[in-house]
Amino acid sequence: MSAAAIDVYGLVKCFGNKVAVDGVDLKMPEGQVWGFLGPNGSGKTTTIRMICGLLTADEGGGQCLGFDIRKDANLIKQATGYMTQKFSFWEDLTIRENLAFVARLYRMPRMGRKIDETLEGLGLSQRQNQLAGSLSGGWKQRLALAAVTMHSPRLLLLDEPTAGVDPQARRDFWDEIHLLSSKGLTVLVSTHYMDEAERCDAIVYLAHGKLITQGPVHDIIDKAGLFSFRLVGEGVRELTEAFRGQSGVDHAAYYGNALYISGRNRNALEQAIRDVAPDHVTAEEVKPTLEDVFIELMEQAGTDKRMHG
Amino acid sequence: MFGNASRVSAVFTKELIQMRRDRLTFAMMIMIPIVQLILFGYAINLDPKNLPTAVVAEEQTPIVRSILQGLKVSGYYDIILETDDPHKSNELFASGQAVFLVHIPSGFSERLVRGDRPQILIEADASDPAAASNAVARAETIVNRALRHHLKGPLAFLNAAPEPADVIIQSRYNPEAITQYNIVPGLLGVILTMTLVMITSVAMTREVERGTLENLLAMPAKPAEVMIGKITPYVGVGAVQVIIVLLTARYLFDVPFQGTLSTLTFGVTLFIIANLSVGFTFSTIARTQMQAIQMTFFFFLPSLLLSGFMFPFRGMPHWAQWIGEALPLTHFLRIVRGVMLKGGSLIELQMEFLALAAFILAAGTVALLRYQRTLD
Ligand SMILES: Nc1ncnc2c1ncn2[C@@H]1O[C@H](COP(=O)(O)OP(=O)(O)OP(=O)(O)O)[C@@H](O)[C@H]1O
Ligand SMILES: [Mg+2]
Repeated sequence: MSAAAIDVYGLVKCFGNKVAVDGVDLKMPEGQVWGFLGPNGSGKTTTIRMICGLLTADEGGGQCLGFDIRKDANLIKQATGYMTQKFSFWEDLTIRENLAFVARLYRMPRMGRKIDETLEGLGLSQRQNQLAGSLSGGWKQRLALAAVTMHSPRLLLLDEPTAGVDPQARRDFWDEIHLLSSKGLTVLVSTHYMDEAERCDAIVYLAHGKLITQGPVHDIIDKAGLFSFRLVGEGVRELTEAFRGQSGVDHAAYYGNALYISGRNRNALEQAIRDVAPDHVTAEEVKPTLEDVFIELMEQAGTDKRMHG
Repeated sequence: MFGNASRVSAVFTKELIQMRRDRLTFAMMIMIPIVQLILFGYAINLDPKNLPTAVVAEEQTPIVRSILQGLKVSGYYDIILETDDPHKSNELFASGQAVFLVHIPSGFSERLVRGDRPQILIEADASDPAAASNAVARAETIVNRALRHHLKGPLAFLNAAPEPADVIIQSRYNPEAITQYNIVPGLLGVILTMTLVMITSVAMTREVERGTLENLLAMPAKPAEVMIGKITPYVGVGAVQVIIVLLTARYLFDVPFQGTLSTLTFGVTLFIIANLSVGFTFSTIARTQMQAIQMTFFFFLPSLLLSGFMFPFRGMPHWAQWIGEALPLTHFLRIVRGVMLKGGSLIELQMEFLALAAFILAAGTVALLRYQRTLD
């Protein structure tokens, strides 16, 4: 394994008496694409901000690109591209003016040409004099990605870059991420989408400010020790509630014309199927999905035990 | 020390564009000086006439009559009371109903005829000093012209004397009578204080409220670079305001200009930067734009009241003078009035320039210390 792009330990961040991040260790090798997952408020954004020096960790420390996250925030900023969760470019500047601002702040050589190339790559050359605020959500995200990669950073921190973006644009966005990664960039991307998680080399799962699990998707699924059954037949949808009441069934959800149930005990699940499902319903065991695993993990993590202010 | 020029220019260009696009604010920056000048300038500076006057005449003679007639005809004085009871007239004067109090002592006419140059006392209420200035300035001429008219025939020899009567003018309530010329240069300082502090006080809070601060902080811009980049465009705005006010002062209000333009330019530049650094400091402290505006007014009011713009500086109690000394407007007023009205030079006004420079240093330091480098 090559050198670590991010190597932080014991990160803690409190807001008032609320603990937003509670002892997170993260060691991410260079050149990979990692997904950062976890329910709302689990501390993803806060962790990313500590890594790039936008927030000072209350406890813990470590390195980012070999720079100390407490002391060398400025050096980290030079070599990192951080795309914020909320679009945070200047809506009253045009697309080109936004890029020019970024280019000047990073003191890029041959600025004009770099901006032209970036606009070209974005396909926004024609609209470069349009105000950034007038772009649609998908285009804003593309503009933001282009802006944070313009200075050729070594590390990309993307905070929910595809929230509210249509499927085609999402796919294009991810193709772009893989392209960047193939050029050697390290990418940490937070997301709520399972399909995106599956496009990552590894994922990190956070809940209530704590790191719950990490690793490649299939490892996480295997490690979870979860079993799933797929039930088909007339009226299976109406059985959802009944299954949820059964012991041993941690999760029941209906989609794609089938009912999926999962739990940690295969025998208990089979018993539940015998008890609840009528004869005409057929059940087969399937490989649990990442979503099943996450819901399981969330339930294990229990209710939020962090203090509330 | 001040960081990198490219990054300063990055912030500068961005601010310039945003300023240009924010038409309303831009229009306000241009309109405020014009509107204020017209309102203040005309309300205070136009040569006010028909000022209520109380007369205490201890004798009634044709000479006294013609003096009073002369005052009336001049148009400046509106005699609302004529009495021989000083108490009555004093009451009117104290309550502000009369702006002038004219005393003609008994035996005035007799001494005039003897060629004794008797005295007439005119007391002026100078609590609104500019209001009375012209009437005061012309009082002696008016009185003596009225008398000359009278001194004919056998009394003609009295006309040979420089002035037949001695008109003594006393300002009450406000010893340092401010003339209209004091107001317009002073307004220059007031306008710059109000508009420039306000506009920069939202410089950072606007980034916070729009959520763009996170992005700004995520990029490698140093506090000093952001500060200089953000306030420099407004030095230009301030310069435009200065030109507007000076042209108006010259062509609308005929304010003289005794000193040199370079001294004034130097003073104005320091003063503009001082105000911009105060504004920027506020914007690093305030959490919202609303708070920033409130802080601006918190700064603006004492500037208006304690700098010597509204009330004569030396007439204020000592504690107020101390506060006044800490405000840039106080020093700027001395510079601008000194240069424009008295022809003051850089050397003569050096203490004021030094005070402004010290103020900039202090405000800039506070701003840089307060500048948020993180989102904590
Ligand atoms: N500046 C702040 N002040 C106070 N509390 C904060 C602040 N920023 C975050 N928090 C709290 O810290 C917790 C973690 O927030 P964070 O934004 O890191 O979560 P997240 O995982 O990014 O959530 P989401 O998926 O909704 O973006 C939340 O409970 C949030 O309310
Ligand atoms: Mg978040």
